[in-house]
Amino acid sequence: MDKNLAKRKITEKIIFNLLGLLMLSSIAILALIIFFIFKRGIGVISPGFLLEMPKNGMTEGGILPAILGSFYLVTGSIIVATPLGVFAAIYMTEYAKKGKLIRIIRIGVNNLAGVPSVVFGLFGLSIFVKYLNFGVSILSGSLTLAIVILPTIIRASEEALMSVPDDYRSSSLALGATKWQTIKNVVLPAALPGILTGCILGVGRVAGETAPIIFTAATFFSMRLPDSIFSEVMTLPYNIYALVATGTFPQKQVPIAYGTAVVLLVLVLLINLIAIFMRIRYSKKNHK
Amino acid sequence: MSDNKMEVKNLDFYYDDFQALNKINIPLKSNKVTALIGPSGCGKSTFLRTLNRMNDLIEGTRVEGEILFDEKNIYDPDVDVVALRKRVGMVFQQPNPFPKSIFDNVAYGPRIHGLKDKGKLAEIVEKSLQGAALFSEVKDRLDDSALGLSGGQQQRLCIARALAVRPEVLLMDEPASALDPVATAKIEDLIAELKKDYTIVIVTHSMQQAARVSDNTGFFLMGDLVEFDKTDKIFENPTDQRTEDYITGRFG
Repeated sequence: MDKNLAKRKITEKIIFNLLGLLMLSSIAILALIIFFIFKRGIGVISPGFLLEMPKNGMTEGGILPAILGSFYLVTGSIIVATPLGVFAAIYMTEYAKKGKLIRIIRIGVNNLAGVPSVVFGLFGLSIFVKYLNFGVSILSGSLTLAIVILPTIIRASEEALMSVPDDYRSSSLALGATKWQTIKNVVLPAALPGILTGCILGVGRVAGETAPIIFTAATFFSMRLPDSIFSEVMTLPYNIYALVATGTFPQKQVPIAYGTAVVLLVLVLLINLIAIFMRIRYSKKNHK
Repeated sequence: MSDNKMEVKNLDFYYDDFQALNKINIPLKSNKVTALIGPSGCGKSTFLRTLNRMNDLIEGTRVEGEILFDEKNIYDPDVDVVALRKRVGMVFQQPNPFPKSIFDNVAYGPRIHGLKDKGKLAEIVEKSLQGAALFSEVKDRLDDSALGLSGGQQQRLCIARALAVRPEVLLMDEPASALDPVATAKIEDLIAELKKDYTIVIVTHSMQQAARVSDNTGFFLMGDLVEFDKTDKIFENPTDQRTEDYITGRFG
């Protein structure tokens, strides 16, 4: 009996340490990436790097157009994808009859999330750039990116809506509220933190996407800042790709690529931190 | 005009093919408390929810027969469910305030029915909270979250929320079953007070509670209304053997 107990305790110890080790190593990989990128890139970071135009064929100067370009694309895609995704989720959770159709739609949405992003890029090229004639532009890129994050937003919103207790719905309806009043005044406010978190995580994802914008929005080099939604733009992820893959002065351009990576990384981490912070704040407010 | 606020006539109720209620006939008297008792699954909660058509929300349910409310069948095609639910309020088993402030919880009903005037809203909120015997306990913290209240306070808040739309009938689905004895006693006192202004129908698992608060009692068993009579009569001298078995605890 005692021997058995001792054996179980040893197993317990081994498993515990093994899991801890695995956890540590995954954190370590993450830390390594951040450390490596920062080490290579931090040298070029300066106020000028963030606020100036590129100079001398992208071998000097700053990356302001890429920062602004990414900002425009992210904003555009969120403006398009949020209402579409949230309303789709509202329809699916609140209005649609549970059944085969809704299951098929849900499977479709999940599969949409699994489509490689370069395929979305090609789709954007043929539909937005060519067929609708928006050209390689902020508009085409935003629309393409919107499709990329749509499944994320729909799923996050659906989960947030489904986690709202049914009691809220029944008690609102029992007071003589219509279905829409119930959704607008009770269900949506309760689901908002989850929906917002999903949207912000979508922003983080979109900010780093390269493939969907290669054919639809991005340009390697631009002399001036974009002046309309039909302008093509430089972006942070594409800037990295272009500098490393096609740059003609690697010794000067690769450090700029790493600097751009630092900016992108900080941006995405910041956005995710905001999401986490908001979730904590809202859950405290709702459960005190 | 009769003194029946609502009158249920030959009501059948189905979940898909399953018949949950058989030919129910009950008069619900104005300004009286009607208690519905019976073992779990006997149909008493289902019946309660036919009175404000909450069962409409469940897919595959069907009603036959009629429920007259001030002489008008609430299942007539021209009846607006939203308007009906404003007149027939409901309090649920679990206290379920919205995650909003105490004030906003009570003001919710009047607001969705279009009242914007802040002075009037404040007046209704105060009146409703007083009606639910909660005002003195919360008057200094109306802007605090309703989720910070105790269970008993939350349930009285839900009653206040229901009162705020000025219903004529108040349905209560085991309103005290999730509460401790002190909070339960408060709810029962409140019911006695409320029947001056409202017609009340209460579903309860506790026979003592039915005996204490109600004027009339209906005993449900497997979808049938076995017996309906004055509460005293039901508890002291029931006509049906099954009723007697149930109230004396010999049931099973």
